[in-house]
Amino acid sequence: MKKRYNLTNLDCAHCAAKMEDAIKKIEGVRDASVNFMTQKLMVETEEEKLEEIMEEVVRICKKIEPDCVIHM
Amino acid sequence: MNQKQKRTLYRILAAALLFGAAMVVPSQGAVKLVLYLLPYAVIGWDVLWRAVRNIAHGQVFDENFLMALATVGAFLTGEYPEGVAVMLFYQIGELFQSCAVGRSRQSIAALMDIRPDYANILRDGKLEQVDPEDVTVGETIVVKPGERIPLDGTVLEGNSSLDTSALTGESIPRNAAPGDDVISGCINQSGLLRIQVTKAFEESTVSRILDLVENAGSKKARAENFITRFARYYTPAVVLGALVLAVVPPLVLGGGWNQWIHRSLIFLVISCPCALVISVPLSFFGGIGGASRCGILVKGGNYLEALADTDMVVFDKTGTLTQGTFAVTGVYPREMTEEQLVELAALAESFSDHPISHSLRQACQTPVDSTRVSDSREISGKGIQAQVDGKTVCVGNAVLMEELGIRVEAGKQAGTVVHVAVDGCYGGSIIISDQVKPDAEQAIAELKKLGVRRTVMLTGDTREVGEAVASQLGLDEVHAQLLPADKVERVEELLKQKSSRGRLVFVGDGINDAPVLSRADIGIAMGGLGSDAAIEAADVVLMDDKLIKIADAIRISQRTLRIVRQNIIFALGVKGVVLLLGALGMANMWEAVFADVGVMIIAILNATRALKIQNSSR
Repeated sequence: MKKRYNLTNLDCAHCAAKMEDAIKKIEGVRDASVNFMTQKLMVETEEEKLEEIMEEVVRICKKIEPDCVIHM
Repeated sequence: MNQKQKRTLYRILAAALLFGAAMVVPSQGAVKLVLYLLPYAVIGWDVLWRAVRNIAHGQVFDENFLMALATVGAFLTGEYPEGVAVMLFYQIGELFQSCAVGRSRQSIAALMDIRPDYANILRDGKLEQVDPEDVTVGETIVVKPGERIPLDGTVLEGNSSLDTSALTGESIPRNAAPGDDVISGCINQSGLLRIQVTKAFEESTVSRILDLVENAGSKKARAENFITRFARYYTPAVVLGALVLAVVPPLVLGGGWNQWIHRSLIFLVISCPCALVISVPLSFFGGIGGASRCGILVKGGNYLEALADTDMVVFDKTGTLTQGTFAVTGVYPREMTEEQLVELAALAESFSDHPISHSLRQACQTPVDSTRVSDSREISGKGIQAQVDGKTVCVGNAVLMEELGIRVEAGKQAGTVVHVAVDGCYGGSIIISDQVKPDAEQAIAELKKLGVRRTVMLTGDTREVGEAVASQLGLDEVHAQLLPADKVERVEELLKQKSSRGRLVFVGDGINDAPVLSRADIGIAMGGLGSDAAIEAADVVLMDDKLIKIADAIRISQRTLRIVRQNIIFALGVKGVVLLLGALGMANMWEAVFADVGVMIIAILNATRALKIQNSSR
C-alpha cells in the first residue's frame, strides 16, 4: 500500500534525492519518492511493516536534513 | 516571502553593510580580521553550525560543509574579503532559490485550486453546509451561483452555465439543464442548481484529478535521474580534485602552498551541483503544471519527457477522430428533391428509437408531423415500413430493397446507406455517417509540423469508411475491420516498426481500449473522465475531447525538454570552464561564486519559464 506524508522545511533538492535513495534502500520498502517540489514523501510497503519503516525513515531524514519535519 | 526568508534577507542586508564598512575602513592585522569576521559571523553562522552538525551525522559532501570549508580556507589564507563574499552570495543564492521554488509551488497550487471546501446539502428539508467527504451517493446538493460544484452528479432542477476552465482549460462555459451530468470542480455561474450526487467524493472528478497531479512527481524523467546520479559523483570528484590541487603541485614544485590551497578553495565553491539538481525537477514540475492548466494531465515526468520524441501517433477512430454520433452526410434522391426524400424517411421512421432515426429526424428541416404516419412496422435488422400520406414507404438497407424486388444504385459515398422506396418504386438513398471532429484535420497537420512521422488510424469499421475519414484528415495509414483484440496486435506490430528513439503514442476515448493504452509507449485517453479503466491505463489524460490538445502536449513537452537541456549544458559548461581556469590560476573566487550562485539563479529563472504555457486552442 502507498502512504503519503507532507514535509516541511525540506530546503535542498539534493538532500531530497539523497533521502529518497536512502529510504528506497530500507528493507521492506517497495518504492519511495521524495518530491522536493510538492514537499511530499510517498512510501510503498506492507501495512504491518509501516510503523517500523517510518521510524527508520524519520531517522534517515534527521540525519540528512535535520530541519525537515515529516507530518505523520 | 515567509518569516524565514525575511530573516535571511535582513541578515544579508546587515552583513552587506558590515562588509562594505570593512572594505572602506583602513585596517591592519587583527583589527582587519575582526572587521571581516563580523559580517562573516552574521551571514555564515548557520552554515557553519549545520556543517558541524551534519559532519557529526556522517554527511561529508554536504553543501554547508563545502561552503564552510571554502570560506574558512579563504580566511586562513588571508583572503578575508573573498571569504565573506562567498558566504554572502551563497546565502543570496539560497534565498533566491527558496523564493523561486515557493513561487512556482504557489502558482501550481493556484492552478490546482479546484478542491471544494463544502457542499450545501438538503437534509430533512433544511440546507446544511457539510464537508464534501460526508455526502453520500443519492443525496441532493444545492449549488448556488458562484459556488464550485463539490461532487459529480445529475442536475435535478435549475438551469445554469458552468465554468469548466479550471478543469479543461476551455474558456467557453458549458450549459447545464435538468438531466445533464455535471462534474465536480466546475463553477456554477448563473442559476441555482439542485444536483443528485452520483459519486462519492473520493471517486469524484476533483479527487481523481488532484490525485493524478500529486502523484505525477513520483515518476521521474530520465533527465532527473541522470542529474541525481551525476550529482552523486560530481561533488566527491570535485572535492577530490581540490584536495589533489592543494597537495600535489606544492609537493612536486616545492612550496607555494598558499597559492595552491587558494586555487583548491575555488574548486570547493563550485563543487555544489545545486543549479542542476534544483532546475531540472523545477522545469518538469512547471511543464506538468502548465499542461494541467490546459486540461492535459500528465501522469509523470517520464511521460512528459517521452512525448517530445513522438514518432508515430495511432488513433482510434470512433469517438476520437470522429464524434461518435451519426448524422446525415449525403442525400441522393431520384425523381424528388433532397428535402422531400429526407422528410419522407424521417416521417416513416418517426416512431423508431434507432440512432439512425434520430439523425434522420435531425436532418429534416420541417417539424416531423407524426399524424401523417400510420401502420408503422419495424422489420428487424432491415428497416421500417409505414404509411405516409396514404403511400407505402419502405426505409431500410439493401437487403430490404432486394426483398421488395427493387434494384438499388451502388453507394457513392462511404457510410451507412439508407434506401427509400415509395409504393414499390425506388426513391433514392441517404448516407448517414459518423462526423469527423471539427479540429481533427488541423490537429493532424499540427502533429506533422511538430515532427510526427506517421499518423495511423485503427478502426473496427469497414475499409471504405476508414479510408474516407483517413483521406479527409490526411492520415498516413488505416487499419480497418479490427476487433478490439486486433488493435493490441496492430499496435505491437507498429511498435516494432518505429525507430528506437521515437515513441508511439496511442490516442483513444477510453472505451474498450485500455489494453492498447497501456501497451503503447504513451497512452492518451481523451474526453477525460469517462472511464475509470482508461484513466488508470493512460499516461496522459485529456480533460476534454479536443484533438488539438495532443499537439499542445507535445509542444509543452518539447519546450520543457529544451529548457532542461539548456540548463544542463549551461551549468556544466560554466562550471567546467571555471574549474579549468581556477586550476590554472586564472580565475578567482568571484568567478567561482558566479559559477555556483549565478548559474543557479539563471538556471532557476530559465526553469520557471516551463510553467508559462503556449496554448494554441485559446
